Amino acid sequence: MKYYLSVLISGILFGIGLAISGMINPQKVTDFLDVTGNWDPTLLFVMGGAVCISLPGFYLVQRREAPLFSTKFYLPSKKDLDIPLILGATLFGAGWGLAGYCPGPAIASLVSLTAEPIVFVLAMLVGQHLAKMFEAKN
Amino acid sequence: MIIMGLSGGALIGLSSVILLASSGRIAGISGILGGLYGKWNDVERYWRIIFMLGLIAGSGIVAVINNGLVITQQTSGIYLVIAGLLVGFGTRLGSGCTSGHGVCGLGRRSKRSFVATLIFMAIAIIVVYVIRHLIS
Repeated sequence: MKYYLSVLISGILFGIGLAISGMINPQKVTDFLDVTGNWDPTLLFVMGGAVCISLPGFYLVQRREAPLFSTKFYLPSKKDLDIPLILGATLFGAGWGLAGYCPGPAIASLVSLTAEPIVFVLAMLVGQHLAKMFEAKN
Repeated sequence: MIIMGLSGGALIGLSSVILLASSGRIAGISGILGGLYGKWNDVERYWRIIFMLGLIAGSGIVAVINNGLVITQQTSGIYLVIAGLLVGFGTRLGSGCTSGHGVCGLGRRSKRSFVATLIFMAIAIIVVYVIRHLIS
């Protein structure tokens, strides 16, 4: 129960953070990415604010043997730079720049019940599925 | 602007620390989404569903307080679909998105996440440059 409650609180805080920072707005994201135009630096402060908390926070948490309500930490095992990482980040960056949506804001804006986030999230799920099939083949 | 950006970012950072501290999970949205369906058991699935519902509820709370959210679309139709496909495919292949690599990965001081963040930021900047300053 405490496990699921803390997951819920984490999700809610994440959604509030995306909404109040403006990261949920694709225009704000593309204005940030438009460094040679009328640049909006806000998202630099969003990422900076987040890392200022996650950097010391993760350090302190990982000094523990295990998380509070679970038996172990589920951390990524890959350490090396490889082609899938570079290719994947490139494709993601292209889609992010095109629409101004990354996964978090796209899902959080589903609450607006407008067509665009729904279309985007469905396309994103299809894209993920295609990548899973691609990975299974290779 | 800066205050809202910083405090929103701090909440996102806090969210990722709470998730790691309580459940041992990484708050990478693409990864959480990717485990929602497929050959996962219920233990793997439930926390993901609950996190996603919280994420939507969180922005919903802000929408209620602020009388709606400012969401201005940058593209539509087939381009929106292409963008979604690219983001879904790319984040799966590249093991993460803005949150997984940009917030949690940098927080863990991961070399892979540092490189991935540099690449997707650079590519997104180039794409926006092409769309806004070369094409239109």
